[in-house]
Amino acid sequence: MTNSIAEIEDADCLLVVGSNTTEAHPLIAYRMFRAKEKGAILIVVDPRKIQLTAFADIHIQLNYGTDIAFINGVMNEIISNNWHNEEFISTRTEDFEILKETVKPYTLERVSDITGVPVESIKETARLYATSKNSSICYTLGITEHSFGVDNVKTLANLAMLTGQIGKVSSGVNPLRGQNNVQGACDMGALPNVYPGYQSVTDLYVQKKFQDAWGVELSPQLGKMIPDMMDGLIDGSLKGLYIFGENSVEGDPNTAHVRRALESAQFLVVHDIFLTATAEMADVVLPGACWAEVDGTFSNTERRVQRVRKAVEPPGDALPNWKIFSEIGTRLGIAMKYDSAEEIFNEMSALTPSFGGLTYDRIDVEGIQWPCPSKEHPGTRFLHQGAFTRGKGKFHAIDHQKSKDEADKEFPFTLTTGRRYAHYNTSTMTGRCKTLVNEFPEPIAQINTVDAGQMGLKDGDQVRVISRRGEVITPIRVGNVVPPGSLFMDFHFASANSNVLLGTFLDPVSKTPDYKVCAVKLEKCAD
Amino acid sequence: MDYRCVKTTCPYCGCGCQMLLEVLDGKLVDTMPSKEKNMNQGKLCIKGQTAHEFVHSPDRLTHPLIRKNGKLETATWEEAFELITSRFSHIKNTYGGNSIGFFSSARSTNEENYLCQKLCRTAFQTNNIDHCARL
Ligand code: SF4
Repeated sequence: MTNSIAEIEDADCLLVVGSNTTEAHPLIAYRMFRAKEKGAILIVVDPRKIQLTAFADIHIQLNYGTDIAFINGVMNEIISNNWHNEEFISTRTEDFEILKETVKPYTLERVSDITGVPVESIKETARLYATSKNSSICYTLGITEHSFGVDNVKTLANLAMLTGQIGKVSSGVNPLRGQNNVQGACDMGALPNVYPGYQSVTDLYVQKKFQDAWGVELSPQLGKMIPDMMDGLIDGSLKGLYIFGENSVEGDPNTAHVRRALESAQFLVVHDIFLTATAEMADVVLPGACWAEVDGTFSNTERRVQRVRKAVEPPGDALPNWKIFSEIGTRLGIAMKYDSAEEIFNEMSALTPSFGGLTYDRIDVEGIQWPCPSKEHPGTRFLHQGAFTRGKGKFHAIDHQKSKDEADKEFPFTLTTGRRYAHYNTSTMTGRCKTLVNEFPEPIAQINTVDAGQMGLKDGDQVRVISRRGEVITPIRVGNVVPPGSLFMDFHFASANSNVLLGTFLDPVSKTPDYKVCAVKLEKCAD
Repeated sequence: MDYRCVKTTCPYCGCGCQMLLEVLDGKLVDTMPSKEKNMNQGKLCIKGQTAHEFVHSPDRLTHPLIRKNGKLETATWEEAFELITSRFSHIKNTYGGNSIGFFSSARSTNEENYLCQKLCRTAFQTNNIDHCARL
């Protein structure tokens, strides 16, 4: 996030795009409700009637995968009315003329045609977002999990820069990160192109710094991202794989493809806390400790580094995960002996400028938000004040694109997927919490009343959902949460995991797959 | 009777709510929201409130497992470490470090992620390390 969670409640206008906040980030939704109480305008952009829309001033119920067209239309309307922030554009950005030309063809009528959003709503969104004092954008996977997810994000950045709604308190572009420590995993360099703190593996100065610290020669060659590693297993260029705490078989799209990849591995290690479907395929399974059994830190979505503290012992022979890595490394001749998680943290922060001022003592009570380069630095509440990371903010020319797996004659429904409030990913953890299982015991596919009527379906009926990749059987719930012609499923239950249906349509840059638009057909199962 | 509260961070979503784990005689018995003036201000969602429930599940992995004759069988740490280091070393020596890859975990701590990427980069001289940033 460029801003802090607490700042959300002081925004004057919140534009929430592709985020089912009340279910996926409940305690951030609570800040949005506070903002509403304080008089903020809430605009929710989502094809579904999610809970948040009940509190929204405007619900933009756009067609699936048409966010770019909608935002471009909003920007065109802003420019036509001279609501853009000329001072911000001239001092902080470049390529404004290119943006202007790009969005010009996005007339109100054309955008309304593509997105299904009434002209009035596009105009209102433009006016309210541009003219409110502090407007803030929040988005999640509804934006990124498309085959053009990176372009979606750049389009939101265009909108924020056009209006100068970034780089100040309660105003910015805020991705709400889904997993507890996805921010931290990125920060720590669990990525094929960067060391901890986003220091490039191709930068020779950086390479030398890490070589000196770690005492071995390092590769300056970019590594492979997960989808490429999966392909590598199949084509034989990757032979050995170590999976730490990921249930790829059930969590990744296109299940059949993932299974084929893992079966092709010469040697597969899975290190986890449960015998997941992925662990069942391994040559060696290592029992790790869970979060309640280790000391350490997580970085939340506002970049706040907070302590995790050991409360109980791991079960049986299970070991703290850092001890497992430390032992393997040491046996392979690497200097990786540690006495505590804190010692590892200190080695990391000494090599990572944005974490340089952090210590367990300093983050003990409330955590600290990075960047925090020195012991005196208080941490950073919001980013891009005064300047962007790359200097001037660049406008990008981005056009509306079609999803790769749009509904057609044969597969007339659009399937979109996501989380439920009571569960988390493949529910290896939540599926073992009694309260949560009682709350949400089985998979459900949501379908619109109109479609259900035409197909003679009612609540609880079993349907067969078929895509170009596979099929699953699931009970349905009829209502108006999803618009006609579409279906919503979660991926929490092995018995009806939507990932069986999804293809591997990746964003060309981030390699993030499309979890949001998948063509399917439905058949009623015999009673 | 040994009763303690341990303050920690929620293991689920990116909100990073602060919570108190209630420990009775070495077992988690409940989760309470931390009431300091920080992010969650005395509130947790239903996932956070029940976060302790999976920890002592009988399904937890308690021993290393090694595949023998097609079946995963209980093994010692020594056997598991020995097999992992010899098989990975063999692959590295035969096909090069770039034929090995690591998936790290967006659910684990910073320290664990740091060590996972350090192990991958130092022991195998490859940058084939990624994690599931997308789910
Ligand atoms: S308590 Fe709920 S909202 Fe808070 S971090 Fe945990 S899952 Fe997220």
